[in-house]
Parts: sequence; structure tokens; C-alpha cells
Amino acid sequence: MELNPNEKLNIDELIKDLDKYEPKRKGWVWRKGRNEKRVIGDFEFLETAEGIKNYVPLPGSRGLGKIDPQPDCVITTEIASGRFEDDVRRMRMAAWNGADHVMVIRTAGQSHYDSLIEGTPQGVGGITITRKQCRATRKALDLIEEEVGRPINFHSYVSGVAGPDIAVMFAEEGINGAHQDPQYNVLYRNINMIRSFVDACEAKTVMASVDMLQIDGAHNANATAMKAWKVRPELMVQHAINSIFSERVGMKAENIALSTVPPTGPPAPCMRIDLPYAVALRDFFKRYKMRAQQHTKYMESDMREASVTHTLNLMISRLTSADIQSTITPDEGRNVPWHQNNIAALQTTRQALNGMDGLREMLKLDRDGILGDDIREIKERSILFMEEMLEVGGYFKSVEEGFFVDSGEYPERNGDGIPRDMNDGVGVGMIFERDEDYFAPVTAHYGYNNIPSQFKNPSDAIGGDTLEDRSKIIYIDELDDFDNVNARLEEVKKYRNTNLIKPEVEWTADGVVTTSLFLPVDERTAEFAAIQCGEKMGLTDVVVVHKQMLHPSEGTLVEIKGKVKFDIDIDKLVIPEKIEVLTEEEVKEKISKRKIHVVAGTVGNDEHSVGLRETLDIKHGGIEKYGVTYTFLGTSVDIEKVVNSAIETNADAILISTIITHDDIHMKNMKKLAELCEEKGIRDKVMLIVGGTQVTNEIAKESKMDAGFGRGTKGIDVVSFMVKHREEK
Amino acid sequence: MKREDDFEKRRKHLANLSDDELYNKFWELADEIVKPMVEIGKTNTTPSIERSILLRMGFSSLEAQPIVDSVMKMGLMGKGCGNVVWRLSENKKISIREAGLLVGENKEEQLIKKLF
Repeated sequence: MELNPNEKLNIDELIKDLDKYEPKRKGWVWRKGRNEKRVIGDFEFLETAEGIKNYVPLPGSRGLGKIDPQPDCVITTEIASGRFEDDVRRMRMAAWNGADHVMVIRTAGQSHYDSLIEGTPQGVGGITITRKQCRATRKALDLIEEEVGRPINFHSYVSGVAGPDIAVMFAEEGINGAHQDPQYNVLYRNINMIRSFVDACEAKTVMASVDMLQIDGAHNANATAMKAWKVRPELMVQHAINSIFSERVGMKAENIALSTVPPTGPPAPCMRIDLPYAVALRDFFKRYKMRAQQHTKYMESDMREASVTHTLNLMISRLTSADIQSTITPDEGRNVPWHQNNIAALQTTRQALNGMDGLREMLKLDRDGILGDDIREIKERSILFMEEMLEVGGYFKSVEEGFFVDSGEYPERNGDGIPRDMNDGVGVGMIFERDEDYFAPVTAHYGYNNIPSQFKNPSDAIGGDTLEDRSKIIYIDELDDFDNVNARLEEVKKYRNTNLIKPEVEWTADGVVTTSLFLPVDERTAEFAAIQCGEKMGLTDVVVVHKQMLHPSEGTLVEIKGKVKFDIDIDKLVIPEKIEVLTEEEVKEKISKRKIHVVAGTVGNDEHSVGLRETLDIKHGGIEKYGVTYTFLGTSVDIEKVVNSAIETNADAILISTIITHDDIHMKNMKKLAELCEEKGIRDKVMLIVGGTQVTNEIAKESKMDAGFGRGTKGIDVVSFMVKHREEK
Repeated sequence: MKREDDFEKRRKHLANLSDDELYNKFWELADEIVKPMVEIGKTNTTPSIERSILLRMGFSSLEAQPIVDSVMKMGLMGKGCGNVVWRLSENKKISIREAGLLVGENKEEQLIKKLF
């Protein structure tokens, strides 16, 4: 199976013969070519990695040679809609947009499931992690990484009461990274603390055996604590416990990553709080990797606000360091991430990291002032935290006493931490002491193992285990006749590889759309008015996903989501034929025989000129390249001046550019131009051409132009039109 | 527990430490905290660990749980579920998979108990 950029990922093919599928490789992969200067397009970059084969460049790159510099850090995207068959399509889009670390969140409740789950049941708020889901997703990613030309790390969670089981399955299926932090089980999942740590020893040993990268769970303290900035000392302690514990169990330091998140966000003076913490952390944890997570605590449903907070987080990454840059989708405060928002988060990240490339070469952190003082204080507070932990009798005792996730800035205590009882929690009483003749006949096993003397390796007793011989893995396809991928695919059969489509945000043909409405009333009235607007627009299941009061009485912005009931038959669409473009040689020859002169300018009160310059200049492959001469009048030009200039220079064509569309000013200007040309008697002689981001050929023709060109137009398109149009006349 | 911030009072013994000394102290404390956890992992096992061993031995997740349940019932978790399966296969000269499935079906209980 191979991917072709012009064809959709074939899901039927993907899930065929999964019982025989083997992952291409195991272990974590970093980007290649870091710490090398690199010239990309017109610029030298200091913090990039090798480029990729297929990508979608940032929108702003259009005027910059469509370059797509790949930042030096691995970039994460979190995708888990509950249906892996839809997620893999989004993963492909994400890979083209710069992601090489794909993380899948687990379905609600899986951490309390005391076994592996098999088959492909639909998840809620995440995906049901199963062998089949992992194998199909890994298979898709193996194909996608070929398409983009860069390895993709696949990642999920080794936690809950089935941690070791999941670790083994992940090791077998080529999962490259996982969250593993027993403290997470204890504090947030109320799993018995002794069970959590005993299980973690085995899980970490299995992960280490295949060079899986581990990410910890300390950032959850930040998301849970009432006053997130006050847990900075505790975050250091939680990171330390999992890091050193993992290393003592046998993980390499280079495979241990901290999930670190800037603790606060605006309107708090977050840089002044988050930066010292980031530096203190990198000072103390220099032996480990930094996975820079983005902030979620002080984030509402406003996607713009989320993107700004995340940009500030990215600045911290660039001012300090990040081995992995995680991304949080801007709709995190609304719903489980949607397709376009994974991409938005990736774009925000690439945009900011590209923009701040090499910042540290010009800015140095000043540790002599408040920054240094705060760094020192955080470090000391974290040391005091651990001293007291030992005084009260160690980790387990301190958890019992509610040391963790207390909203006081240690040593301040507010008595609102999360206490857990050592003799309670899920899985309590399920710990068994190993006897002297305990034996586990497998590789990657932690701790005491009384291997019979006839064997060199424990797994010799069984002729090798599944980590040595894949053929021993028992693959289970489906267990539930109704809740499985085949049933789901059957339900949307009408829309799969047919002529029918529906808008979607996460699942095939889910029909969900969003609409923004400004309503000139107070917030509460606006909310209910917006729902009725949605219903009158024909949407069903209308829900308000965001509202923002702009003034108590003048108005409110509301965003609603709802479902459309109709299908679109793409075979019945009337799509104007794409105009055939003459070859470069043809136009050059024709113009050398009969010259073309054009007058060009941006009309109205409009200062945009990038698009027009690109269409004109030889440097950008503009019309000049083909022998067309031009008179450029600049920006904010009067229509009258354009027409007069055309008369003076005896021009064959007028090219106007118009970007601003407010009050349809672009169309009004087009009509004005045509009318003035008629008035002056040159309309038959001069070709009238308009360009701009919101211009289409149809709009242009309606407004009496001869042609209109929108986004992505090249010089050859315009010159080809002029040559053909002149001949047709 | 509630307590006012007494950082200034508590930090006195740290105030004169260099950055390197602070770094070393931090990691010495962390290491000391995790020592007991690293040790209990060595000498204990859990149903999840035993299931993960059985997975590695070539049993499916559906087969592993009944084997662990059966071993728990026989009071032999301290021996290791993989060990129980292996010894049975050796004794009966049958494959690991055959032996494991017998254990999962609560068969050969008397024999298994004699093997330990």
C-alpha cells in the first residue's frame, strides 16, 4: 500500500490483513539536522531541522517563496476523536502541516479497565486504545511518513491499572512514546499508590527495552491546582520523582522527558512567572528532555485568546529550550479537537517558532535581577518540599498528608491538596510478594527473577517471547458485533468514495458547521437569539460554543455549531472550467511578435501591493518575464488616473489590484473603471483585468471586467489570458 | 494542614549553598525519596505485571486474565504466573500455550500445587 497526494487514504485497504502487519521500526526518533545553520529561500535559519518532501506552507509564505522551514524540535499534535478511522485522515493532514509526534488521548475510563481492551469500540473524549487500533494507526503513520519524508512518532498512555499490559502491547506494536507517571494514577485516578509504583517498575522496564520515549504527568498539577502559579515548587518535585525513579528502574536519561507547561496565562503577567520557572526547571533537569506543553488552565472558549497564550508559551520555548513542542488546539475549551483546529495549532506553532528563530543569539536572559532571584527561590522551595516529605516518612506518607496539588506556594499550605490513603484506592490488596522461587520467563522484566540455572536468559525457557518473536503475538480482531469499525464504516457508506459529501469536523459526514454571529443585544439575549438564528438557517442540534460580550448592551459575539441536514452531490456542482494556460514559450513568441503594454496599480484607498508586484515583476515570475512592459502607478491610485495613464501610454490592458472588500468597494471600483473607459472611448481597445485575494473571475465579469484572478495567481496565468483574449477579439 | 508561608525561616540552611550544591542537594533528596519505590517493585508483583508476562509468553489478553485468576485462587502468585505455566508445560511435556490454557480453565490444580 502506498499513498498518492491526490488520493484519499483508503481505509478499507488500511484495515485489511492487519493480523499480518508489522511496524516498520521501534523506538523514538528526533528530527535530523538540528544545530546546523540552514539557508531556506532567501533566509538563513539557526534553529531548523531537515525539510520534508510534502507540506502545506504557512499562508504568509506566499510572498516568501512558499518556504516551510521545519523547526528543530519534534512537534506534537493530539488527535483522538473516538474513531481511529477518521483520526488517521487528520493525522495525514497534520503531518503535511509539520507534526511528527502524534499523540492519542484515551477514552474516558480506560485507566480503570483492568486489562487490555480489544477490537475497535468507539471512544468518548478520546480513543479506545486497543491492539487493532494501534496497529491500524501505526500502519497509517508508516505510510504517511513515507509521503512526507520524515519519521512520525506515535504516542499514547501507559497508565491506569493495566499499565504493564499496555506497555507490552505498545512495545510489540511499535508505539514510539508514552506518558508514564505513577503519580498521575495516584493523584488523579485514585489508583492505589503502592500498586501504581510496583506496576510502573515493570511498565517502564518494558518501555525502556524498545527505546520508547517517556513523558511524565506533572503538568496535570498545574491544570488541577486552584492557583496554578503557586504549584511551581511542587511541579519540580513531581518531575524529579518520576525522572529519577524511571532512571533507577533502568530507563536512559535521554528517553525521559518532562511534560512542562508554563503555569499561568494572561491577563496575569505570565512571562514574569513562567520564565523563571522554565529556567529553574531546565537548570535542574538538564540531563532530561523537555516536552514543552502549552497552557490550558486559564483558557476559555475564545480561540483567538488561546492562540495568543500559546504564542507566549512558544516564546518561552525559544528563550529557553524545547526538545518536543506540544500543541494544544485552540478549541480545547469548546470540544474534543476538530480537524481544522489541529492544523491551526500546528500553524501557530510553526509560525511562532519560525518567527523567533535564533532569538537567543540576540537576547540573553539577565539572571542578575528578578529573574535570577525567582529561579533561586523556586529551587529552594522545591528542596524544602522534598526535605519535609522525607521528614514525614517519605512519598507515600506525604501523599497521605495531602502534600500534593495544594494551592499554597510551598512551604505555604492551604490544606486543599489531594490526599490518598496508602491502603485504599483502585487495585488495593492486589500486591503479592515474590517468593524465593519466583520466575518470569520473559525479557524486559523488572526486579527479582529466579532464573533456573539451565537458562542464560529467562525467555530461553519458552523459546523466546513476543518481543523477540512477533509470530507469538495473538491478534484479536473484534469482540463486539455492533461497536466496531466495520459497523461505523457501513453507517457512512453513502459518503465514502462516492459523489456525496457533507461538511465535517471530526467524523465522516458528521455534518457539523460553525457560524459566527454578532448580535446587537446583551449576552443572555444574544445566546438564545443565536440558537434561533441557527435553527432558522436550517441547522439541527444547535449549541452555543462561544460567546463574548463586547458591551453590556451594545452587543455580543456568539459562535454556534449545528448540523446540516443536506448532502452535496459533487457531480452536480457547476464548477467553472479551469482556464487552460499557454506555455511559456508560446506566450513569449506571441508577445515578441506583437507587444503588450499594461498600466497597473492598486486602486481605491488600498495599500496592498505584494500580489500585484508578484504578478508584474520578473523576479517573481511576473508578466515582465514574458516580454510585457508595464507602467506601475503604485497603491491607493484613483481610477481616473489609471484610465488617463492607459490613454497616455497607449496601453493594451489595465491591471488593477483590490484587496479591501468592505462594503463591496472592490466591485464598485471595477464597475467604475469599466464605465470610465467607456466614457473615454477606450473600452474596446483595452483589456480590463482585476486581481485580489477575494476576487474571482465570476465576480470580475459581473462587474464588467474581462477577467479576474484570485489567490495563487501566477504571471503566466495573466499573460496567457491577455494573449488569448487579444486573439479572440 | 494549613500553614503560612515560612520560606524565609526554613531556607536558612540553603541560603549559602552555591548553585551546584543546590543542584546536588535536589537530586540527593529525590533519589532518597524514590529508593523505597524502586525496592518494592523488585520484590512484589501484581495481576497486571503477571498479565503482561503472559502476553509476552504468547497469550492473548482474553487468555491472560483467567490464568492470573486461577493462580491467585491457588495462592501461587508469589511463584509467578509464567512460572506456573512453564512448570506445568515441562511436567506434562506440552506446549506453553496448551499449559497456559489448562491453567486458565482451572485444570490440573492438584498437579500444579505439587510442582511448588
